[in-house]
Amino acid sequence: MSVSRTPVRTPAVPGPAAPARRPRRRPWSRWAAYLLLVPAVGAIALGLGYPLVRQFVLSFQEYGLAQQFGRPAEWVGLDNYVALLTDPYVWGVIGRSLLFCAVNAGLTVAIGMSLAVLMARVGRAARITLQVGMLLAWGTPVLATLTVWQWLFDSQYGVINWLLAEPLGMEGMRYHSWLIEPTSFYLVATVIVVWMSVPFVVFTVYAGLLQVPAETMEAAQLDGAGAWQRFWRITVPMIKPVLFVVILLQVIWDLRVFTQIYVLQRAGAPTRDTHLLGTYIYSLAEEFSMAGAMATIMLVLTLVVTAFYIRRMLRAEEL
Amino acid sequence: MSAAGTATAPGRSEGQLPGGGVVPAGAEPAGGRGRRRPDGARWRSRLLGALAVVVAVAWAFPIYWMVASAFLPTNRLRTPTPTFFPVDGTLSNFRRVLADPGFYASFRVSLAVTGLTLLVAIVFAFVAAVAVSRFRFRGRKSFIVAVLVVQMIPAEGLFISQYQMLDGWGLVNVVLGLTIVYVAAILPFTIWMLRGFVAGVPIELEEAAMVDGLSRVGAFFRITFPLLAPGLVASGVYGFLQAWNEYTLALVVMTDPAQRTLPLWLQGLVETNRATDWGVVMAGATLVAVPVIVFFLFVQHRMTAGLVAGAVKG
Repeated sequence: MSVSRTPVRTPAVPGPAAPARRPRRRPWSRWAAYLLLVPAVGAIALGLGYPLVRQFVLSFQEYGLAQQFGRPAEWVGLDNYVALLTDPYVWGVIGRSLLFCAVNAGLTVAIGMSLAVLMARVGRAARITLQVGMLLAWGTPVLATLTVWQWLFDSQYGVINWLLAEPLGMEGMRYHSWLIEPTSFYLVATVIVVWMSVPFVVFTVYAGLLQVPAETMEAAQLDGAGAWQRFWRITVPMIKPVLFVVILLQVIWDLRVFTQIYVLQRAGAPTRDTHLLGTYIYSLAEEFSMAGAMATIMLVLTLVVTAFYIRRMLRAEEL
Repeated sequence: MSAAGTATAPGRSEGQLPGGGVVPAGAEPAGGRGRRRPDGARWRSRLLGALAVVVAVAWAFPIYWMVASAFLPTNRLRTPTPTFFPVDGTLSNFRRVLADPGFYASFRVSLAVTGLTLLVAIVFAFVAAVAVSRFRFRGRKSFIVAVLVVQMIPAEGLFISQYQMLDGWGLVNVVLGLTIVYVAAILPFTIWMLRGFVAGVPIELEEAAMVDGLSRVGAFFRITFPLLAPGLVASGVYGFLQAWNEYTLALVVMTDPAQRTLPLWLQGLVETNRATDWGVVMAGATLVAVPVIVFFLFVQHRMTAGLVAGAVKG
């Protein structure tokens, strides 16, 4: 790369100082930095910060339909939180969300890691085939994805029921309605969520695997380490930063899952029995302050669940 | 296609293994060692290859099924045995979808929202990334931590108050309103990603140019900026996919059917035709998905490189 050499030798910096001086710590540069941050900070404060504060304040008030038409909101302290947290139904939603998150994030990371290792071990042709398959799933817009899966799981003409009934001989499944019953509803949701989340894990972990030096591996092999041992003792520690990010993101995404649940509910599931945190908050939309309190609970829950990872990441990362 | 595409991430290429895609687990040993492999190992490697192909087919099947069903008329879809290969398919489903003026209206709304969001978010994220990776100032570290933490905020818990805020300003069902919440949603990650790229260009390059008489700003734009093109593309792609495919906030903000984005339009199509005509629904889904998939196939490796660059800043 040729550094464009302008013939202008007149120093842009005023004064007779040597041109080699590093002008990094000039006082204006600090202000320039703050100035450069203003647009981003402003936009985030406007689109996320303000609604967050507003929602937090709202969650301590009585704010429903009457207030929308001009009645001033009353302070009710922790009443909204008490009402929510003494409701066993809400605990059911929280428990289901945590379980859904654990199962989905666990499956996604486990399958994604296995496929990444597989991708690294197979020959070129098989690898490219696998990559294309993954990319097709990854690149599809979520709504299109959900649309196809509804068709695949269609009770009358869906190909999944056909597969179960004809080649696999489970005649009872021919007209099975997958969404009516909560357990099978969550099974469908899990299949969809895992299917669409795995490619991201595969590619990220695969990119991490490529960073593991081949010499280290060969040295370990010469020292008699088996494949399994090499994987857990060398590969996993070396790709730890990548794994951390992947697990963290997966947990966050699966805890706040909304679109998949919402669309499947619209496809004919009993909503009350299938709510997770996101859809439950959405269903509270009429009572703004309750929704605000519930959203705050969800936020706290997210932070609690991920606190461990965030701490580890901040410590590992030199910023 | 090397999925890692690490060459696009500046500063990471040094530690790259030679000959791209070298397998760490020693499945392709160099030269003569292959001879010593027992037959069992070769069979196992073939078996793994076959497994990879089976997984690929399973993963791609829903996409294939979407496109295949889109070419079949209703009477061919409503049969006890599914038609796996639409050899004598028809285009009638597509014609019906394309006759819907709502499709074009939604396309325009999506285009406007995505374009505006990208423009604003990339510029804002870029200057912020420059600030955190090229300047030392008080609060720098807190800012980076804040960017990280903001990504934890579940937007799914915020949409009610975002709706209220936009409603108060008369921005519900307005492109600008949706843009405001989209920009805020994609900015943190975009900053995170671009920061990795800017930090990957050694500051010494700029300093050398300054010694040669360029001003600081001049050095940045003449030297560093051209090297950041892959980073800008990566974050642009990320932002595009986020905004173009987003559903939740669009559902809350764009309540007027005339202002629906494409995902909302597709959901509408599903709900009107689900019981009667899956072919039309699949044609709609295909029209929404295929351009995005094709685009994604071309640019994905840049984005993956960006994700990794942001996550494990070299």
